[in-house]
Amino acid sequence: MDEKIIKSPENIVYQKPRLMNDNTMHYCPGCGHSIVHKLVAEIIDEMQMQDQTIGVCPVGCAVFAYRYLDIDWIEAPHGRAPSCASATKRLWPNHLVFTYQGDGDLACIGTGETIHALNRGENITIIFINNAIYGMTGGQMAPTTLMGMKTSTCPYGRQADLHGFPLKISDIAATLEGTCYVTRQAVNTVGNIARTKKAIRQAFENSLQGRGSSLVEIVSTCSAGWKMSPEQSNKWLAENMLPYYPLGDLKKL
Amino acid sequence: MHNDHEILLLKGNEAIAHAAIRYGYDGFFGYPITPQSEILETLALLRPWETTGMVVLQSESEVASINMIYAGGSTGKCVLTSSSSVGISLMQEVIPYMAISEVPALIVSVQRGGPGLGTIQPSQSDYTQAVYGGGNGDYHNIVLAPCSVQESCDMVGLAKELMMKWRTPVIILSDGSIGQMMEKCTLPPYTPRRTDEEIRQQCPWAVNGLGIKSRKPNVVTSLELDQAFMEKRNKALQEKYKQIENTEVRAEYYLTDDAETVIVAFGSAARISMGAIDILREQGHKIGLLRPITLWPFPNNEVLELSKRAKRILVVELNEGQMLRDVEWASQFSCPIDFIGHSGGVIMTPDEIVEKICSIAK
Repeated sequence: MDEKIIKSPENIVYQKPRLMNDNTMHYCPGCGHSIVHKLVAEIIDEMQMQDQTIGVCPVGCAVFAYRYLDIDWIEAPHGRAPSCASATKRLWPNHLVFTYQGDGDLACIGTGETIHALNRGENITIIFINNAIYGMTGGQMAPTTLMGMKTSTCPYGRQADLHGFPLKISDIAATLEGTCYVTRQAVNTVGNIARTKKAIRQAFENSLQGRGSSLVEIVSTCSAGWKMSPEQSNKWLAENMLPYYPLGDLKKL
Repeated sequence: MHNDHEILLLKGNEAIAHAAIRYGYDGFFGYPITPQSEILETLALLRPWETTGMVVLQSESEVASINMIYAGGSTGKCVLTSSSSVGISLMQEVIPYMAISEVPALIVSVQRGGPGLGTIQPSQSDYTQAVYGGGNGDYHNIVLAPCSVQESCDMVGLAKELMMKWRTPVIILSDGSIGQMMEKCTLPPYTPRRTDEEIRQQCPWAVNGLGIKSRKPNVVTSLELDQAFMEKRNKALQEKYKQIENTEVRAEYYLTDDAETVIVAFGSAARISMGAIDILREQGHKIGLLRPITLWPFPNNEVLELSKRAKRILVVELNEGQMLRDVEWASQFSCPIDFIGHSGGVIMTPDEIVEKICSIAK
């Protein structure tokens, strides 16, 4: 068949989102970030919000998110994305303003900013990738690292007496008056990817309609940090992460 | 809202709040700390969000405040924060991000005694922090030092011009006495906040989505993994700093024409020095004052020129001698330089300066 016919609009069943550019991604094979990036790009385009969206990048693996999605971005200092987004949304009240953060950024160094932005009911969306490890810096312990899980800074496994307990920050977020939507999703299966997309879309709509803060936690893999193959990682996520971080809505008003 | 000048009796801190509304700022983000809380309190009382549309938000910390103005400035909006010494220390994390990413924003620093929690009394011991930067990397801030309530007000307007012209953070380095004392203040007429279209035209670099379909995406970031490119950004920043040094120096002269003794002092120390100069002039001393208005860029040439024709210089500061080093360097030691200072929140009296002058200018 001629290439032109194959590529004609009526024959396209799948394509790269329009807002995703051709820059080579730095993400490792099997990483959940690229999947979530794709979903965010699709949703912004579907909502026709490209010229009214401001994204806030974290410090961590998604620090370079601004290289891949053709929207305007602010690169926030470590953990401070919710503060950046709070001010941005208040100054641009009709814009779609979201942060994209990992567990170290959001649930450790930026816990204060996260809790207070959510508690003020800022009309922003926080997309929270929880892979239970510091990926960018090379596999150190995160606030969400599971008990017994080995990382480079807890090489004998996480122990309560030495390291405390994994933080369920979404559960805390759900108790705050300012949040309207707190959900935990995953991107380890096709079905879960579809549910994650729906959740992000819901969160973005909440933000635009001024319903309060939305937090979408996405339980994700870090095959490099976990020292597993992508396939093993997905299996490990289902067997170990999901029992501690169960999927579903924690709050939906 | 009268669109006219208005004369009020105000504290320096209150004047800054009024001025921010009237000069058309888009947002204030701040956290309470003595002795500057009147800025946030006055804004809360005046409710500018109902009139000019200016956003006012009490943040959860100074760290949050500085990130809020970093982001606000990144989107092309005209924003400010205010704090005092230990609070300004917390903000040092983000000021370098703004410097290298060329984000305009105003930081009002109302100094109190330090180090650490120190006292809540006036001090000038954060000169080095403001002028040399407490953050990382090679950067400067434009630093403006008001010596009256009126000047506190006017500098909010000047800071807006400078930060937008040079795309850089500007610090107004006030202190507890300038912030708390009450004086007559002529407030400016209201300048409307810029429209989205004006922001798009004036800040084509800004992160706000406007016009993105006909341009490349805008990104504000300080991160650059390619060290050669990072150095290029640094060199360009230094080039901008040279231009600022060549064009933005401001200083005031007070009775220096025939002065044999020149006091160099800024802010409240300059006010106290003026009182001492008036007493000394009555006693027949030929004495005057050079008051740096911009602390960075520093009036190096002005100091050098005076030091060549004066018999001596006395540096007066409410610290242990921070600007002193800049005066020494600028003067090239063309004349003897003496220093008198207090720290920890203790304020100098004009009599102490008079006594010091009498002891060195016999």
